[in-house]
Amino acid sequence: MAGPKFEVPKMSEYTDVPKIKEGAMAHVKSFPAAEASQTSLGFPWKLTDDWHDRAINRMGELLVKYRGLRVFMDACVHCGACTDKCHYFLGTADPKNMPVARQDLMRKVYRRYFTLPGKLVPWLVGAEDLTKETLDDWYSYYHQCSECRRCSVYCPYGIDTAEITMAGREILNTVGMGQKYTSEIIAKVFKIGNNLGLPGPALEDTLLGLEEDIEADTGVAVKMPLNVKGAEILLVTPSADFFSEPHVESLIGYAKVFHAAGASWTLSSYASEAGNFGLFNGNYETMRKVAMRIRDAALELGVKRIIVGECGHAWRIAYAFWNTLTGIGYGGNDPFSIELQKQLDPRFKQPSHICEYTWDLIQRGVLKFDKSLNDDRVITFHDSCNVARGSRMGDEPGGQFTIPRNIIRAVANNFYDMAPETIGEATFCCGGGAGILTDDLIEVRVKGALPRMNAYNAVAQEKGVNFMALICAICKAQFTKVVPYYGFDMSQIGGVHQLVSTAIKLEQD
Amino acid sequence: MPMIEAAGKSFEVDEEGYLINLSDWDEGIAAYLANEEKVELTPNHWEVINFLREYYSEYQIAPAIRVLTKAISKKLGADKGSNKYLYKLFPYGPAKQACKIAGLPKPTGCI
Repeated sequence: MAGPKFEVPKMSEYTDVPKIKEGAMAHVKSFPAAEASQTSLGFPWKLTDDWHDRAINRMGELLVKYRGLRVFMDACVHCGACTDKCHYFLGTADPKNMPVARQDLMRKVYRRYFTLPGKLVPWLVGAEDLTKETLDDWYSYYHQCSECRRCSVYCPYGIDTAEITMAGREILNTVGMGQKYTSEIIAKVFKIGNNLGLPGPALEDTLLGLEEDIEADTGVAVKMPLNVKGAEILLVTPSADFFSEPHVESLIGYAKVFHAAGASWTLSSYASEAGNFGLFNGNYETMRKVAMRIRDAALELGVKRIIVGECGHAWRIAYAFWNTLTGIGYGGNDPFSIELQKQLDPRFKQPSHICEYTWDLIQRGVLKFDKSLNDDRVITFHDSCNVARGSRMGDEPGGQFTIPRNIIRAVANNFYDMAPETIGEATFCCGGGAGILTDDLIEVRVKGALPRMNAYNAVAQEKGVNFMALICAICKAQFTKVVPYYGFDMSQIGGVHQLVSTAIKLEQD
Repeated sequence: MPMIEAAGKSFEVDEEGYLINLSDWDEGIAAYLANEEKVELTPNHWEVINFLREYYSEYQIAPAIRVLTKAISKKLGADKGSNKYLYKLFPYGPAKQACKIAGLPKPTGCI
């Protein structure tokens, strides 16, 4: 697949702030969405004749609907704290990838149409008319933001760049400038139920095959139940877990954990996707429609608990938005939410993360491990952005950082963290989040991975680290694709539950 | 979308060179697509391509990597039933590159 040629950045001991290269990434243009998928999402698929007014109207609606957006448009004082915090800027040196500059692509239009000084004296306040060139710039640079929110951590006003990118993409969709990758994926979820477009019979066949594999490996009949009514736990996981390497290793890990705990659990072919690209597009209705499949499956199957597999943005949505989107978790008050609340077991967090579940079992001594089985691995952990900066796990602040690491330490002997300014809430994005994980953006992906690659390379050199554990399907797919550009083998990437799977002791039946 | 004239046929592909109408596919087109990908087709490549096509016609999706490696190990021997071997045959990834040559849609998602 002859992609565009570009220079792979050179790794260094620390990630230096690059000398800016004006327009370095202006050529990047993700493939446009086509008629079929855009129609399914309810958007036009080519630039509408009234694009100018349509875009301004939609911006006006979003400014009212999302008050935060208006605050973010107004509050920036251009202090520059965010400029060197974005992995895409650090990897590409394009000044429009500085978060403030990327935001200003929208802010200048906002000022012109929605502020008094911008209407009266635009030249004095950096206000500009919306032009087709501006929209093209939005399309280019709002697809060079992974909505990871690292810049927001350092912003003294807490401006959430992701919200601006999401609004930008929503407006682009409204005028017929959708992105092929996210548009097609959402259309597949609407039609088939998951990002991959994996139909029920194929899922069933895949799970049966995995059961055979596990039994051949371990001699234990670990099951992967599908659509079992009356099961206690519904596991919702990214569909990549059914399809890809190394994702599937974590799926096997979850199944072994459930088996060892003697749990009654099921997957659902209707809710066969934890991911929700409605977040990436910034479209509330899409996000809700995708999330509703999970509530419908939970009601249909009559489960008592909902557990989410290793998927970064899915966990943010589950943790932060499911309650008001779908009534899973406290907060929903429509009849279905009330019914669901009666059905779900109040003794457990609803929803729970698979890491919370596994860590609880480990603490209670339910799971047994032979840690030496992971001795060929020297492990580090990459905090995925949506888990790190958009959610929590367990009962302690920072549980989303400690629980996955605690699991790794419980199942393996060799663990080292990467540099503190690159993990935890300061974590660097993998470079493929929020709709960037597509071949047409491979240059953005490879360059955006630079800060993480520098940090990984440092522990690889100093500590002999040879495995990066993760809890996100996008991160797994992104890293397996881009680490070879930096000289690492793709087998160095894998899931936390892949490590659990390697070390867990299963009793013979 | 671009129209291609090759292998005595005229067919449409998408921006990334995937066949638009799956029914256009034949071995000549596969050879053309493989050439575009700089992949030299051997009998082992054909085992993969044929399995992908059989699986797709049954399930309307490409097989999961595990399903593919297992099928290949049954056909070509256990030493060839690995993700690594498949990457040797199709360096850009068995899922995406092999599907393209087999005339199937590109698998997308968090993969």
